[in-house]
Amino acid sequence: MIVAERKPLAEIMEMVRDCKKILVLACRGCVTVCSAGGEREAAILASLVRLGMKKNGRDVEVIEGSLVRQCDREYVDAIDQWKGQYDAILSTACGVGVNFIANLRPRDNVLPALNTTFFGGSAEQGVWSEQCAGCGDCVLHLTGGLCPVARCAKSLMNGPCGGSVNGRCEIHPDVDCVWQMIYDRMGRLDRQKEMAKPAPIRDWSAAGHGGPRKQVRQDLTV
Amino acid sequence: MSFTPDIRLFSCHYTSQQSCAHEGRELQELGFPENVRMTRVACTGKLEVLTLLKAFEDGADGVYVVGCPKDGCHNVKGSQRAAKRVQAVRDALEELGVEPDRVRMYHLPRGLHPEFVDAAREMDEGIRSMGPGPFGG
Repeated sequence: MIVAERKPLAEIMEMVRDCKKILVLACRGCVTVCSAGGEREAAILASLVRLGMKKNGRDVEVIEGSLVRQCDREYVDAIDQWKGQYDAILSTACGVGVNFIANLRPRDNVLPALNTTFFGGSAEQGVWSEQCAGCGDCVLHLTGGLCPVARCAKSLMNGPCGGSVNGRCEIHPDVDCVWQMIYDRMGRLDRQKEMAKPAPIRDWSAAGHGGPRKQVRQDLTV
Repeated sequence: MSFTPDIRLFSCHYTSQQSCAHEGRELQELGFPENVRMTRVACTGKLEVLTLLKAFEDGADGVYVVGCPKDGCHNVKGSQRAAKRVQAVRDALEELGVEPDRVRMYHLPRGLHPEFVDAAREMDEGIRSMGPGPFGG
């Protein structure tokens, strides 16, 4: 899922400083699962915005709403139900949702309540960790299913580096060295010999370095 | 200027059970502050961050939660969960530039112990010294 976290309240309060009517808009997609921007978090944020505005002596009307997702045209269109009730949308979706609202609603002032952080999973309750960098050229079949692009601090393709110590990363000593994990896992799968083969120089053009990426499935277009 | 704070208490059903016996008369006799409004909940672990924030929106100057001892919760981890949610509200208040001590967590044993009254007095005194809440009651 896409993982995100709430921006610092000071930043949010500055964004909405001059707003009179705010729609705090939750997303029931990924950000609900990672407890950053679902209906519960949006309700908490709406309450905090009301409290913050009261403290600053500003009158504001804050309403709450939610969409199934904010990254699909058909769901974004549902914003019409709050027509006339807001002068700003404070979206608790990931950056994709905020962009979609901006794309589809040219006159709406949409503001991001979250910082979108990474593609990850829930390692344990209340803890999320990055697992994929969305680099567009997956190498997981070569690395035992563990991603060196996302999980190596240096995104090395021929690791581990010289800084790997006792299975830990030199950049973040509390993080397992993913190349040590790959080496150990390939051994368990009886594929350790493959580790001796140097990975070729990587073409990063699929990773977004050439501008925004797009994909089209002709069989699905209408 | 005299100021009587509006203080909301969310208390564990079990912790406050004896305190509330006899319609709370004993509690009154022991000097439990009259400006503390108590809501009993089945388990403090059921309290949401939003419940505590709504109390402030509703005009509270201070809010506190009384739950079971950390290692002796009737529902195992209920009061530990409550403490984390109280901490989340403390953090949020601090982000808004508000005294985090306007919301507090107490872990108290069951029964009508002096600590139950002491916690209320401590909150009352603390909020009185801070003054009215900044949310415009």
